[in-house]
Amino acid sequence: MKKIKKTGLVFFPAFDWAISPTHPEREERLLYTQDQVFEEGLLDFENIIEYKPGLATYEDINRIHISVPDAEKVTTQSHLISAGGAITAAEKVMEKNVDNAFALVRPPGHHAMRVVHGARGFCNINIEAIMIEYIRRKYGPKRIAVVDTDCHHGDGTEDIFWHDPHTLYISVHQDGRTLYPGTGFPREFGGPNAYGCNINIPLPPGTSEEGFLFTLDNVILPILKDYNPDIIINSAGQDNHYTDPITNMNFTAQGYAILSERLSPHIAVLEGGYSVETALPYINVGIILAMAGLDYSQVREPDYDPALIKQKPETTKYIEELASALMKKWESRNDEKNKLPRSGQFESRTKSIYYDTDNIHEEQTESVRLCNDCSGLVTVDSRATTGNRIFAVIVPGQSCPVCRKRGEEIFASKSKSLYDYIYFQDRDCDVYECRKR
Amino acid sequence: MILGIDVGGTHTDAVLIDGNRVVEKVKVVTDRIDLSRSLLKVTDKALHETNPEDLERVVLSTTISTNAIVQNLTSPVGMILASGPGLSPSALRINENCHFVSGYVNHRGIPVAPIDKGTVQKTGMLFKTSGIDHIGIVGKFSCRNPDIETDIEDALGFTFSHCSLGHRMSGNLNFPRRIATTYLNASISDIYGDFITMVTAFAGRFKASFPIFILKADGGTFEINQSARYPVQTILSGPAASIMGILSLAEFTTDAVALDIGGTTTDIAIFADGSPLLEPLGVTIAGHKTLIRGLRTRSIGIGGDSAAEFVNGEYIIGPERKGPAAAFGGPCPTPTDAMVVLGLTEIGDKEKALAAIGTIAQKAGHTAGKAAETIFDETCRKIARAVIGMVEEVNNEPVYTIHELLEGKRIKPERLYAVGGPAEPMAPAIGSILGYSVNIPDHAEVANAVGAALARTTTELTVLADTEKMIATIVEEGLQLSISPKFSKADAIGICKEKLRERALSMGAAEEDLELEIIEEHVFNMVRGYSKVGQNIRIKGQVKPGLISRCMKSAPAR
Ligand SMILES: [Zn+2]
Ligand SMILES: [Zn+2]
Repeated sequence: MKKIKKTGLVFFPAFDWAISPTHPEREERLLYTQDQVFEEGLLDFENIIEYKPGLATYEDINRIHISVPDAEKVTTQSHLISAGGAITAAEKVMEKNVDNAFALVRPPGHHAMRVVHGARGFCNINIEAIMIEYIRRKYGPKRIAVVDTDCHHGDGTEDIFWHDPHTLYISVHQDGRTLYPGTGFPREFGGPNAYGCNINIPLPPGTSEEGFLFTLDNVILPILKDYNPDIIINSAGQDNHYTDPITNMNFTAQGYAILSERLSPHIAVLEGGYSVETALPYINVGIILAMAGLDYSQVREPDYDPALIKQKPETTKYIEELASALMKKWESRNDEKNKLPRSGQFESRTKSIYYDTDNIHEEQTESVRLCNDCSGLVTVDSRATTGNRIFAVIVPGQSCPVCRKRGEEIFASKSKSLYDYIYFQDRDCDVYECRKR
Repeated sequence: MILGIDVGGTHTDAVLIDGNRVVEKVKVVTDRIDLSRSLLKVTDKALHETNPEDLERVVLSTTISTNAIVQNLTSPVGMILASGPGLSPSALRINENCHFVSGYVNHRGIPVAPIDKGTVQKTGMLFKTSGIDHIGIVGKFSCRNPDIETDIEDALGFTFSHCSLGHRMSGNLNFPRRIATTYLNASISDIYGDFITMVTAFAGRFKASFPIFILKADGGTFEINQSARYPVQTILSGPAASIMGILSLAEFTTDAVALDIGGTTTDIAIFADGSPLLEPLGVTIAGHKTLIRGLRTRSIGIGGDSAAEFVNGEYIIGPERKGPAAAFGGPCPTPTDAMVVLGLTEIGDKEKALAAIGTIAQKAGHTAGKAAETIFDETCRKIARAVIGMVEEVNNEPVYTIHELLEGKRIKPERLYAVGGPAEPMAPAIGSILGYSVNIPDHAEVANAVGAALARTTTELTVLADTEKMIATIVEEGLQLSISPKFSKADAIGICKEKLRERALSMGAAEEDLELEIIEEHVFNMVRGYSKVGQNIRIKGQVKPGLISRCMKSAPAR
């Protein structure tokens, strides 16, 4: 007998919103999911409670993003509702109204990075990141793990939490050499102050249930056990499914349900998944049943045939080797971290970012202060083909006095002549300022 | 003239309505053993000066179906379920005669696996040999393609006295509720059939002939012979009668709250722009969640006869009723006694009320006046809190479009309509807590019978069109039509209105009462790859619950 759990469901299919009429992110996306969830009568279960999404505020967005020129300009109501839906799910869990919650909302968010000049990978704002910062603001500092099971590398979430040792980001996805956004390799292991807090598990095309569950049991769950987070969040993308039109994996509805049961996230948030008719209805029913501790053994796709999606032996071998290499890297993370310099100096990286949805290029230099006492002050100098150049100072949560003071000095001293906008984001004091040219 | 009769558990009420005037009202005690005696008695009294030939129609509200279900006076039902993938069958087993068969359609109504005729036939044989004569057949997504259920019916190989098909019960999604609804419908078909025979015999005693209508849970009516196949629609018509009665006696077009304050419970209903709200999915009866269209009511365990106690420094009122109020010889103090003591009403024996309130006052260390005041306040507050809770619940109902989320209608009632024994003394106090104006309609004591008399015939209909598959489905009628790939939303609405009209007329509706409205209209482009392959159109229409047209013209005379 499974343990019955009280599960919150924030369901918002946004039946009147699309990126464009034939875009994968269109009105029809959750239509058949709604049909299946309603027909199964899931909302009549005493332990499954539906909640209406709240609306995220621009303040919620400003705690995590540097939006150019501002949060209002880079979002529509649909984004405020999907971020608001994630926040509602989190609130119901944090207030102990439910044991866990699933925000079955759209549009998704995991490709949205810290700086937002426009939309990329169907995402404008990072709804999980906004939710996480909301949790910390309202309920105090928390150790949080995000397990991203979308088929695409969540490069936005990786970017936002790159320097944050209080957030462990694990992404399992189709190898970036074969799929958008082309990142997400094991060498991306977290910034110098958060080394080992960013784990990428790139799986080869054709990975089936076997490979995903092996990775879960042999990499994700052991790492989570070591990290010991207060809260586990699942970025529950569903595009690993064998029928997804824009990816090449062989995962199943049963597989997603088993994964949800074993991972046992406090909060799950829908990300991608574009096989709207043959996959999503079954995956979502499976995830909801699994989260609620109900029997999901009869959930399967109409065309399910294990023989057709059997994993090749060489894929299995590749995944086993990858897993053992990743675990070695994880186990030696503290030794490696200790070898990094701790000088109080700044370390920089430069990035070229392409916004495919909006066709914008961005060049960015991001610097972090190497700090033994906190996550480290971050500054960003960014220029986009929109013509905007901005500078941002980010004082992290639980910051040390030195990083804070340096941040305030840098913000005060930046000349307006070079930049269109200069931002100051202070997570401890919940301050967000913007100076315009 | 119209005769409205409400056969309640305790009383049978009748009203005779001429034009829009209540010309006769009668109350008799219900004979639970032989309902026909109550019917005859109440009718004779109501018609004493009237020629039955002048009756245009008779409308009955009955508890027969509700009681059959609540008291388990039902027939055994053989259930055949085509459950497809999803929930495990163990969660769907509604009774001991539940059989699962293979075969299913998907969410678009596309057949995925055929039924296994051999198994169905064997199941039919099993039912026949074990003496089961009532059958329920339900397929997952049968409201998207009824073939799954008719195929099973055809394959049964035997004739049974009753067979209910799931898709005929409702066009709405929800497989477990469809199972429960179908099961209940089949299980009460015999007892309800007896009721029809009895009513027909009763009507036969009059020299005149007049149509007989039965009230449904949604506050609408249907012609008695039409009700025979769907007896389950008649459950919970008692509360529906009261709500429609309030609507007909008060006549309003605003957001409002209606209260039926009884001895043990108080029923709350909400009106949006003068229309009573329906349950979003269906009503719940005896623990069964169903797809039966029904008025949205909440019943709370507090009324004039609720027991009042003083426990741990607090006055606790209800939910228990230990008997009538002390003023009427009951065993303990009640809100009614408090009202008697406060002089808000002059019923019963004031001395007995004072004595009962005196004992609780002593326990609390208060004067009798203070105790009575506190009991009365707390009773009104409890009801007011429940009203606020219900309005909030309605306003927090999930919606699925950005437009509805940001701009959807929010109910803001400003008026309270109250009926029931304690309504007169209590409603003003409840209204003042809520900040609503208060109205107690005339003839409130027979509101239920008036509601039954004046309710119009209602029904709903779902039309689904899939232009890729070139099929339109008229769900509740079990019809599928071929359509062209150019079939549009306007076409679907046209068909919906036409079929809805036919359906309502066949159920007994009058032409002038066909207030048709489209309550859901969705069109989705179906895109595969990066191109549009068709449209998925979903239309739902209804005859709006309301009153027959002539009552809309002016309020009943005082
Ligand atoms: Zn994705
Ligand atoms: Zn620091």
